[in-house]
Amino acid sequence: MTTTAIIRWGLKPLIWVACLGPAAWLVHGVLRADLGADPVKTLTHTTGLSALIILLVTLTVTPIRRLTGFNGLVRVRRLLGLFAFFYAVIHLLIYAVFDHRLNPAEIAADIVEHPWVLVGFSAFLILLVLAITSPLAMVRRLGGKRWQRLHRLIYVAAGLAVLHFLWLVKKDISEPLRYGAVLLVLLLARIIPRVRAASHTGPGRDAALQSD
Amino acid sequence: MLIRRPPDIRSSEITDEKLYLTRRQWLAAAGIGAGIALVPERLLAGARRLTGQTDDKITPYDVITTFNNYYEFGTGKDDPARNAHTLKTSPWTISVEGDVKRPGRYPLDDLLRGLPVVERVYRMRCVEGWSMVIPWMGIQLKDLIKQLEPGPNARFIQFTTLLDPQQMPGQDSEVLEWPYVEGLRLDEANHPLTLLSTGIYGKPLPNQNGAPIRLTVPWKYGFKGGKSIVRIRFLPSQFRNTWNIAAPHEYGFYANVNPDVDHPRWSQKRERRLGEYFRRPTLPFNGYADQVASLYSGMDLKKNF
Repeated sequence: MTTTAIIRWGLKPLIWVACLGPAAWLVHGVLRADLGADPVKTLTHTTGLSALIILLVTLTVTPIRRLTGFNGLVRVRRLLGLFAFFYAVIHLLIYAVFDHRLNPAEIAADIVEHPWVLVGFSAFLILLVLAITSPLAMVRRLGGKRWQRLHRLIYVAAGLAVLHFLWLVKKDISEPLRYGAVLLVLLLARIIPRVRAASHTGPGRDAALQSD
Repeated sequence: MLIRRPPDIRSSEITDEKLYLTRRQWLAAAGIGAGIALVPERLLAGARRLTGQTDDKITPYDVITTFNNYYEFGTGKDDPARNAHTLKTSPWTISVEGDVKRPGRYPLDDLLRGLPVVERVYRMRCVEGWSMVIPWMGIQLKDLIKQLEPGPNARFIQFTTLLDPQQMPGQDSEVLEWPYVEGLRLDEANHPLTLLSTGIYGKPLPNQNGAPIRLTVPWKYGFKGGKSIVRIRFLPSQFRNTWNIAAPHEYGFYANVNPDVDHPRWSQKRERRLGEYFRRPTLPFNGYADQVASLYSGMDLKKNF
């Protein structure tokens, strides 16, 4: 079986099923009025967490490639990224509709007055830009190097998302800290190999390592 | 506000549990809030009188007992219901201390003996931004205070929760300083609305709601309601309550529900009534302003949050 076949018939369907799982669970819960005592909180928390987790998964693609040499995950990274964006959109909509009745003035005030809302909204804006520029046509339009630099903003988005989570929790910050720790490990996995590569290899190899 | 002393509940008046469940099923099917079905008309009338609103449906029993902040049993909302079975609520002794004429260690039954039992339906507003309506059963704190006879220097009353990590595994965590301490100014404690609650829905408090006895102060944020009380102290001055110790800029001693005083990180203007999807406006003093605002006249409520 070729890598392409594995990805097209195995990995991609798997990703679709896994990523739609939380949404299916939520829809099921809404229809059966079975989302707990505070359904809006359950909806908000589940969509936010799904976005964050899928986002973190996209950040494992390059470390896995560097560790195992397996290239294939790069071809599913866009799909994963768009799923993260999908959940971010629902998360934002639930907040805008149920917390603020889609009132723009209220939402604007919340963003301005409360840092946890500001960083969350900023993370969303980054994901929006990345989603819009995800098609191949956009890669061509921007040019590979510029596109790559733009899409490094995913790290900023991930950091903002963790901060958003950290700042909205009442007291027990153990959950957001855990995601922060995972993000830190993934960041280090990106930085450290590059630092080592820069000191041990010549310019040609360096460029190849950088282009993912 | 005049509160007439209601008669003690006769056991024949308490709806048989099987009736609760079948009536609830029928009424849920009829589309009526399940909570209303479970409560005698007397309490509903009381609710309308106290709340001044008619859209405060009583929160269903299973919501009240499975959505709890009781960090002694874990910080998740569903943790206390799952974990509080390790709490032993009988025998229960309360130590009365401080500037008071009748200090001592009282078995709970002795402490409450002879005090009139009341049933009150109160809104409960959590500082996090959600709220419930709870049909409490208990005694007016002022009735107990009168019996204990505080001395001339008693200006504040302090309530301490049980400290026992064996029974309360959450106390192994340092998320809060243990034991949980809360309290009131003496005039707040003597207000007719303030209760020491021993039951909900006419039944004894489940462990996760603070069994066997807890403080209920409906015009303040829920964290003021210390649970599973083992010590009552009469003190001359204000002290640090647990959430104020944990985050002094976010949680104060007075903790009066106030849409005009935001939490540093989130707004307090609106709240989510559990079971509803859209938020509703938060009322000053949680809707009890007529009864309690006078306690704070002249006070800067932004400073004394």
